[in-house]
Amino acid sequence: MRPSLAVRTLTFYLPLWVFLIFLLFPFYWMLMTAIKPNRDLYNLALNQLWTAAPVLQHFETLLWRTNFLPWLRNTLVISVGATALALLASLLAAYAIQRLRFWGSGFLGVAIFLSYLVPQVILFIPLAQIINRLGLWDKPTALILTYPTFLVPFATWLLMGYFRSLPVELDDCARIDGASRFQVMRYITLPLALPGILSCLIFAFTLSWNEYIYALVFLSSTASKTIPVGLATELVTGDVFQWGPLMAGALLGSVPVALAYSFFVEHYVAGLTGALKE
Amino acid sequence: MARVEAAARRPLPRTLGSELLENRHVLGGLSVSPALLLLGVFLAYPFFLGAWLSLTDARIAHPGRFVGVENFAYLWGDQVFRLATFNTALYAGVAVVLKLVLGFSLALLVNREFRGKRFVRAAMLLPWIVPTSLSALVFYWIYDSQWSVITWMLRRVGLVEGFINYLGDPNLARASLIAANVWRGIPFFAIGLLAGLQTVSPTLYEAAEIDGAGAWQKFWAVTWPLLLPLTVVVTVFSTIMTVGDFQLVWIVTRGGPANATHLFGTLAYQRAIQGGYIGEGAAIAGFMLPVLIVCVLLAFHYLRRD
Repeated sequence: MRPSLAVRTLTFYLPLWVFLIFLLFPFYWMLMTAIKPNRDLYNLALNQLWTAAPVLQHFETLLWRTNFLPWLRNTLVISVGATALALLASLLAAYAIQRLRFWGSGFLGVAIFLSYLVPQVILFIPLAQIINRLGLWDKPTALILTYPTFLVPFATWLLMGYFRSLPVELDDCARIDGASRFQVMRYITLPLALPGILSCLIFAFTLSWNEYIYALVFLSSTASKTIPVGLATELVTGDVFQWGPLMAGALLGSVPVALAYSFFVEHYVAGLTGALKE
Repeated sequence: MARVEAAARRPLPRTLGSELLENRHVLGGLSVSPALLLLGVFLAYPFFLGAWLSLTDARIAHPGRFVGVENFAYLWGDQVFRLATFNTALYAGVAVVLKLVLGFSLALLVNREFRGKRFVRAAMLLPWIVPTSLSALVFYWIYDSQWSVITWMLRRVGLVEGFINYLGDPNLARASLIAANVWRGIPFFAIGLLAGLQTVSPTLYEAAEIDGAGAWQKFWAVTWPLLLPLTVVVTVFSTIMTVGDFQLVWIVTRGGPANATHLFGTLAYQRAIQGGYIGEGAAIAGFMLPVLIVCVLLAFHYLRRD
């Protein structure tokens, strides 16, 4: 028997709407604040949830009167660099551990999984010393080299799952035909694992883009900061809050990851759940 | 396939190097070395360096000397550290339970066919996707003592007369941060558990229905036991991340008011990076290790069973 509309509304649509409003309201509020003129923003007599005359003044302030553009460039450089480095290392490691089954590969798989569980707050104090000693203080290289510590375990684990799903017989066939081990990897395994590699790429990029604590600790000058750190430290200026530009920045800083992920939402979900199930 | 054949037909140069690369132990060792080098220098080494630093009186520009468990003994008697321990336990305990209950509910809700399913499943992930520091800024703004939109709505409907100082009162500040953390973590639970729900065979529910089970009974007799291993793993991951939280608290309250929202992470940052007491900060971070070890053992126990 199909439940009546009233029952379905109470047990399904109503809770679903409550969830959606709870989860999406902060984004709506971000957008509203970013496009409201200042005189409406700080006038509690008006309807706060809507604006009749949206403006772009906060975006103009953000782009031309703050360091947002340098931060954007820094964030891009660091995210791309860290992603490339981590992906290269993870691809080789995952392939070797999963397909070559060399001496010690089982132990290494477990060790890499364990390193995935070490939170950044345990590492940032000693890492700050290491970065200092290497002379990388306030340089993007500091982050490009340290972000792989949380990207590599994750990406390796995810890629191992993908490689495991590809039949070994394909490798064997190519080997019988005389391909070297490197050729097998280059021409057989990597092209077949492309969906997995893509979702790793998205993952690694968004994780680097979102990183906060290492960027807060290792970068000190205003111009060298990333978006997540720059907005929160430089635009929250004492008693004068620039809520409009701040929310405009939050919006612009969220768009790249939201876009990256929306194109690959299926891969993303598959990757995330795959990584959890492994 | 054409490319494959072409590659395979090419005669292989038989040099010593290529011979060695054909050995899977040599090639395997070479292939994992970049990853091991990165993880060794920037993860394993700092991990042990941190343990060493926690046993020294290191300060900024002072290398420090071995002082045994002095930092830990000092912290044990430090009121602020005790408060941070209480806060971390409260924050992680309440937030993880809420995320589990709400995330599981959301997973059950969207695990069916309905119009707009794709949109809902994509949209519900957003809090998890966007940079936490940026959503923390939105919560900072939503919790503003004067311009808060929550206060505005409550005043509009006549529930509240004055203003609410969300981040000025210790308990209100804790509750506000937990709400923001739950907001961010629900999608992680929902999407992880949704994937698990989709692997449950519908015939099990049909069998339960034939036996006369209601929705509640079906959940406790079929769904819950089948999803328990996955639930434990997701909860363990979330517990590690919540205990090790930093950015949400640091951006919204900086550990205030009167240290009421300091977690291990924010206190360690304040003492080591801002205050310069590196040994002490490392010891605070070290107090997270027992939690981490229990979590790792739990995760392993349930992953092995899978």
